[in-house]
Amino acid sequence: MKKMKLVMVGNGMAGVRTLEEILKIAPDLYEIAVFGAEPHANYNRILLSPVLAGEMTIKDIMLNDVDWYAENGIKLHLGKKVVKIDRVKRQVEAEDGTVEPYDRLLLATGSNPFMLPVPGKDLPGVISYRDIADTDAMIEAAKTHKHAIVIGGGLLGLEAANGLKLRGMDVTVVHIMPWLMERQLDRVAADMLKKSLEAKGLKFALEKHTAELTAGPDGRVAGIKFKDGSELPADLVVMAVGIRPNTALAESAGIYVNRGIVVNDTMQTYDPKIYAVGECVAHRGIAYGLVAPLFEMAKVCANHLAHMGIGRYQGSVTSTKLKVTGVDLFSAGNFTGGEDCEEITLNDPIGGVYKKLVLKNNKIVGGVMYGDTVDGSWYFQLLKDGQDIHEIRDHLMFGQNHLGNVGHQGQNSAAQMADTAEVCGCNGVCKGVIVKAIKEQGLFSLEDVRKHTKASSSCGSCTGLVEQILASTVGGAYQPADTKAKPMCGCTDHTHEDVRATIRQNKLLTHDAVYKFMEWRTPNGCASCRPAVNYYMLSTWPHEAVDDSQSRFINERAHANIQKDGTYSVVPRMWGGVTTAHELRKIADVVDKYKIPTVKVTGGQRIDLLGVKKEDLPGVWKDLDMPSGHAYGKSLRTVKTCVGSEWCRFGTQDSTRMGIELEHDLFGMWSPHKVKLAVSGCPRNCAEAGIKDVGVIGVDSGWEIYVAGNGGIKTEVAQFLVKVKTHEEVLEYSGAFLQIYREEARYLDRTIHWVSRVGMDYVKKHVVEDAENRKALYARLKFAVKDYADPWRERAEGKVAKSDFEMISA
Amino acid sequence: MTTAELDTPVTGKMKKICILTEIPRQGARVVKSAAHGDIAVFRNADDEVFALQDKCPHKGGPLSQGIVYGKRVACPLHNWNIELADGCAVAPDQGCTKSYAVKVEDGAVYLDI
Repeated sequence: MKKMKLVMVGNGMAGVRTLEEILKIAPDLYEIAVFGAEPHANYNRILLSPVLAGEMTIKDIMLNDVDWYAENGIKLHLGKKVVKIDRVKRQVEAEDGTVEPYDRLLLATGSNPFMLPVPGKDLPGVISYRDIADTDAMIEAAKTHKHAIVIGGGLLGLEAANGLKLRGMDVTVVHIMPWLMERQLDRVAADMLKKSLEAKGLKFALEKHTAELTAGPDGRVAGIKFKDGSELPADLVVMAVGIRPNTALAESAGIYVNRGIVVNDTMQTYDPKIYAVGECVAHRGIAYGLVAPLFEMAKVCANHLAHMGIGRYQGSVTSTKLKVTGVDLFSAGNFTGGEDCEEITLNDPIGGVYKKLVLKNNKIVGGVMYGDTVDGSWYFQLLKDGQDIHEIRDHLMFGQNHLGNVGHQGQNSAAQMADTAEVCGCNGVCKGVIVKAIKEQGLFSLEDVRKHTKASSSCGSCTGLVEQILASTVGGAYQPADTKAKPMCGCTDHTHEDVRATIRQNKLLTHDAVYKFMEWRTPNGCASCRPAVNYYMLSTWPHEAVDDSQSRFINERAHANIQKDGTYSVVPRMWGGVTTAHELRKIADVVDKYKIPTVKVTGGQRIDLLGVKKEDLPGVWKDLDMPSGHAYGKSLRTVKTCVGSEWCRFGTQDSTRMGIELEHDLFGMWSPHKVKLAVSGCPRNCAEAGIKDVGVIGVDSGWEIYVAGNGGIKTEVAQFLVKVKTHEEVLEYSGAFLQIYREEARYLDRTIHWVSRVGMDYVKKHVVEDAENRKALYARLKFAVKDYADPWRERAEGKVAKSDFEMISA
Repeated sequence: MTTAELDTPVTGKMKKICILTEIPRQGARVVKSAAHGDIAVFRNADDEVFALQDKCPHKGGPLSQGIVYGKRVACPLHNWNIELADGCAVAPDQGCTKSYAVKVEDGAVYLDI
C-alpha cells in the first residue's frame, strides 16, 4: 500500500513531539516532510534561559538533531518558510518555491513575540526573546553594551533579565502592573520574588508605561521614555510582553482563526485534512503558551492521525516554575480565589517562605508557593486529580513529608540542593546525575527519569523530590502524570480500572481472551501487566479464571522468596505466631538436613529459613509438614498477635485466639499487594496494630478495628473503622474491608494507597453503614478462599511438575 | 518445525538437552554445565527457544526465574528487561549476558556447549 503523505509546517517542540508519538504508534503509516523556518533542528525552547544565563549551551538543548530526521525517514526542509497552503491541490509552497503535496497537513507554527507599538520599536538594539537568534543577539550585546532594559515582568522577561545580569549588564525590568508575574503570583509572593531578585542586582521600574524608545547618535537605541516623563538609558531593549499565536499562514488559506487556529478536541481544524498543535492553536477559546499542554495536544493529535480515534484533548490546568537559579517559585491553577473559595496561607517573610492554597468544595483549585516549593508537584497532582482533601486538610499545608515520609525530611529546596546530594537512597542517585540526564536526554516526565536514572524507581519515597528537580530543570514543561487516566503499561492505553471492569462485564477468564478483547499491542503482555491481569481475573472470577503461573512473579511461582544470590527463603505458617516444641524440632531438623545457612525471626513473628536451594524446596516443605506462610505473596502474610488475656496481666481480650481465627479465615487470599494484620489484647498495643492493613485492638467492651496502616516506606497510622463486640464481627468487618480492597484497588496498591484515593468515608459507607453490602462482601471473600489447597503440600506430594524445581544436567 | 533462528554462531557441538515440552511455555529451565556454569533455556509463547547464561548483566540475577514475554525476559531481582535473542539489556539499561546457540529439531532441544 502506498503511504499517505503527512506534511508538517513548523519544526518546534509541539510539532516534533507529535511526530515522535506517531512514529511510536504507527511508524509505517506516513511519508513525512517537515518545514522549519529557523535554520536549526528541533531544540528545547524553554531552555533558552539557561543558555542566556551561561548555564547551558545550544548543543545541550537540542532535542532532535538532523540525524534523527534522517533515521526516521523524515524529509527536512530547514530555513524554508511556507508561504502558501493550496487546499484544493492539497499542497504547501515555501518561499523558495519548494512544493510538498499532502494527504494530511499538520500546522505547528507556534507563536510570535508581541512588540509594543511604540515609536522606536524598530531601532537596532530592540529585540524580542523568542529563539536562538534573539538569544545570540543578547549574548553579543552583553559583550559590548552596558544598559539593558527588559520590558515585561512576566516569566520570560525575568528569565531574560536574570540572564543579562549574569552576563554583566546593568538590567532594569520595566513592568506596567503594580507587581511582577501578576498572572502567576499574588502580591505577597511577587514582592518576595522582587526582593530576592533585587538582591541579585536587578532593578525594577513598576507601573511604568513605555512611551517611546529613543535613538542615540549612532542610530542604535539609547534610551526609554515613560508616559510620566521619566527616562532611563538603554543600549539593549528586550521586549517580553507576551506572545501571539502565529496564524498568518492558516488565515491566508481561509482556515478559521479566532485568536489562534481553532481546533476541536481531536486537534482538527475546520479543514478535516488539516490538524494543528501547539502555541498557534486556540482550543475552547484558550491559546496556551506553556509547553506541558502542548505535549498533551501532541499525544491526542498523533493518536487521531494514526487512525486510532481515541483520546480527546480537554484543556489543561497549567503550572509555572521560574527558572532562575536559587529562586524557588511555583504557581498553578486559580491562585487568586473568588466566590466559594477558601484560602490557607503560610507566610514567613523573614524566613522567605510563602505558601497559599486555594480550595473550593474541599478540592485544591490553585496555589502559589515561594521559597519552599518541594510540595508543589504534590499539590498540583492533587489539583489535577480533583482529590478530596478534607481528611488531610489540617496538615495539608505542611506538605507530603508531614504525612509520614521518613526518607527525606529537611531537604525542602530542590533548586538549592548540591549536585552531590543524594536524592534516591535506594539506588544511590545524586541530584547532579538526575539533572544531567534530564538535560542530555531531553527528559520531561517522571517515568523518563525513572527509566534513565533509576531514581525514584524502587521505594518511591523520593518521588516528590525527583519531580521537584525535574520541574526546576525543565520549568513549565513539566507535567505530572495524570494518575487517573494512566494506562496500565506500554502494552495498552486502557487503565487498570478499564481492564478490571471489562474482565467483569465480559467474563474474560484467560490472558489470551483479555489481550485479544482489549486489543493489547503486544501478543502476550509484559512483565508489568501480566501479573496485574492475572490478579484481576482471579479476584473477579475465583474458581473459574485460569491462574497462569508464568504470569506470576517468581516468588509466587516458586512459593518462596528469591534472594540476591538466587537461593530462596522459606517461612512456614505459624497461626497467630504461636508454635510448639514439635514444630520447632521439625524446623531444627530441616535446617540441619538441608544445611540452611541462616535462621531468622521475622517482623511478623514467624521463622525465616534463608538460603535454600531451589531444588531442595519440595524436600524442605515435605519434611517441615507445615503450611505455606505466604511470605512471598501478594496475599495474606501474617497476623501478628500479643499474648492477650490468656497470660498478660493487662490483657482485656484473647488476642492470640482472635489472631489465629483471622489467619485461618483469610488463608489463601490473593490481594493487590501484601496484606498484614495484627491483633492486640489491650490499648498498649504490643502487636503494633496501628501500622497494619487491618489492626484489631481489644478493649474491655469489645474490639476496635483500624485499617489502612502501613509500617513501610511511608509510615501510615491506621485509621479507625469501627468498634464491634464479638469475634464473629471482627471476622466479618475485617473480611469485608479486605474484599472491597481486593475488588477495587489497582494491582500493587497497598490498602493505604487505595483508601487515600477513595477516602475513609467511602470505606465506612460500604463496609460499616451498609450491613447488607458488608455481608455480601464477606460472603464473596469466603467463596474466593473456599477449598484453598496449601501450595507447599501440593508440591511436596508431587502434584505439580517436578520440572519447576529441577535442573537439567549437561 | 520451529527451529529458533541461530543468531549466535555455533562454536562447539550441538548437544541434546531435553524435549521442548519439558520447558514450560513462557518459562525456562536451567541447564547445569561444568564448563559453562548455569545456562537458562527459555521457551516463549510461540515455542521459540533461546539460551542465555543464567546471569543478569546488572547484579547477576538468575534470568531463568524471570517473567518471559514476547522475546524478552524480566530479571526477577531488579526488573531489567533482557532480549532473549542476544542477551542484551533493553535501553536505557546497558549490558549483555552471553547467549548460546540453540535449536529445536523433532521436538528436541539442542544447545551449543
